[in-house]
Amino acid sequence: MNRALVLHLGVIVALFAMQFVLPPYHHTNLARIMVLATFAMGYNIAFGTTGLLSLGHALFFGAGMYATGLLIGQVGLPTGPALIAGIMAGGAVAVAVGVLALRTGGVSFMIVTLMFAQAGYLTVLYFGAWTRGDEGFVIDRAARAIGPFDLSSDTTRYLAALVLFSAGLMIHLALTRSALGRSMVAMRENEERSRMLGYDPFRVKLTALALSGLYAGAAGAAYAVLFGYVGATFASIQYSILPLLYVLLGGAGTVLGPFLGALLMFYLIDLSSSVTTAHLVVVGAALLILVLFAPRGILGTIRERWLPWLP
Amino acid sequence: MDFGPFLLLALMEGTVMAAVLALTAVGLSLVFGVMRVVNVAHGEFFMLGAVSAWFVTTWMPGPPWLAFMAALILCPLLVGAVAATADRLVLKRLHYDPEAIIVATIGLSYILQQAALSFYGPDARPVAAPFTWRLQLPWFGYSGYKVAVVVAAAVLLVGVWLFMTRSRAGLIMRATQMDGETARAFGIDTGRVYALVFALGAGLAAVAAVLIVPIQQAHYLMGHDPLLLSFIVVIIGGLGSLRGTLVAAVLIGLSDGVISVFFSPTLAKILATLLVALVLVFRPQGLFGARA
Repeated sequence: MNRALVLHLGVIVALFAMQFVLPPYHHTNLARIMVLATFAMGYNIAFGTTGLLSLGHALFFGAGMYATGLLIGQVGLPTGPALIAGIMAGGAVAVAVGVLALRTGGVSFMIVTLMFAQAGYLTVLYFGAWTRGDEGFVIDRAARAIGPFDLSSDTTRYLAALVLFSAGLMIHLALTRSALGRSMVAMRENEERSRMLGYDPFRVKLTALALSGLYAGAAGAAYAVLFGYVGATFASIQYSILPLLYVLLGGAGTVLGPFLGALLMFYLIDLSSSVTTAHLVVVGAALLILVLFAPRGILGTIRERWLPWLP
Repeated sequence: MDFGPFLLLALMEGTVMAAVLALTAVGLSLVFGVMRVVNVAHGEFFMLGAVSAWFVTTWMPGPPWLAFMAALILCPLLVGAVAATADRLVLKRLHYDPEAIIVATIGLSYILQQAALSFYGPDARPVAAPFTWRLQLPWFGYSGYKVAVVVAAAVLLVGVWLFMTRSRAGLIMRATQMDGETARAFGIDTGRVYALVFALGAGLAAVAAVLIVPIQQAHYLMGHDPLLLSFIVVIIGGLGSLRGTLVAAVLIGLSDGVISVFFSPTLAKILATLLVALVLVFRPQGLFGARA
């Protein structure tokens, strides 16, 4: 069991070391990837661990992003409290959606979450007077600081993203080893049987969704502050599909899968965009190939074949 | 204008919308009903219909009405062929597992969007209406073409209904819908039925798109709204129920027309999406669906 801990701490150390060798462009990219990977880890807790295929996570990400962005921009709250409010907003919206959506299952759950997320996206557009709709708004450079830490500087931004990512990774790892995490897996594998064993599926699934929402909210809030921009795109369907893609590619239900998936997919899209404009086809083909030929993703396959201890 | 004519205009716009929506949604509903899968790429089939209509009408010589008629026949066939191919290459291999199909059709929709972007470009382009006469009402003139769209949609929908209830192919489809296993035991090639139904559903979306394109212009991102609205209609109408789909299409089309004119199109969509989510949560069989 300790190999797993060493592996995950090793990843964090490696990421810490990377900042000293990376050129500026990839330095910023990696900070972005760590934030998106946190979002994907949250998605993984719902989808990979618990088996809840949600198409509405953009709503939780957007809730965190807009709560933080609007509180800083419109209310003038300091960045620290605004970030916490953003995390809470993600969790609260996830609970609200969960209470309703978890009454359904399977395909209906997907469509209900998709519909709530779409309503949220449209709401952002509707209140364009505050949110500036599609165009979005920029957060003042001066406001993007916690105490002495200027979050808009490259070094601090990278470290802040790393702190967020590491916290997410460690909590995810602890969760998969905990009784709660195992009961979530039980929901995924056989809900009826776990109900007979005395678990309350609704409560376990709602907990998973709430936790997932906290991750998504934290990622959204961090994205707003670290990159200084809040826009409706981040609440659109595309941002519900991206974490699904990351998790499928990296390996659903594995702790490092979301990060690996985010890293590979980000650079796959980045590289293909520089060659052609055809990055949509890359996303589409990746989804098709994964679902057809590699439903377990990279780490899922590695775990199955070679490393059964991989969490 | 006074309130009365204004409302009339809103209702007429709503009817056009309802007609096109009904065609699109019936296609989605048919696919769900027979194959039990949700096709997220349905909006992209709609878009493909509109975009290919632009190509056909642009390259076809002769008067506009002839080019338009050609588009009305060729585009659905083309889109249907694309859909049948997708069914054979992707859906069949996934054994029609509902969750996997959703992910796969999301992927398919991105690929189709990219194909349209690469071969057609990012611009919205108009297609000429086959005729231009106007219907003169006491308060305002109204496009005769829009009236023709409603009539055409109604005729097509009656055709679909007759096909499903009176023809042998329709009988086979309904048999497959009710019990695929038994249908197979009676020698029905359900694989072919699935491919055909998927093509038919996509073809209906394409017909709707060809009809709307003289009003709306063709654009590679135009599939999003029809997809969402078809979801809404199909769910409110009850998944797989054609009659419910029709009623829901009229309901959503008219209310969308009225709310869009008097308040805002965005508000209309917010209300409709929330309504759908709540219908699914509290009445999963839909408002008009008979059974779960």
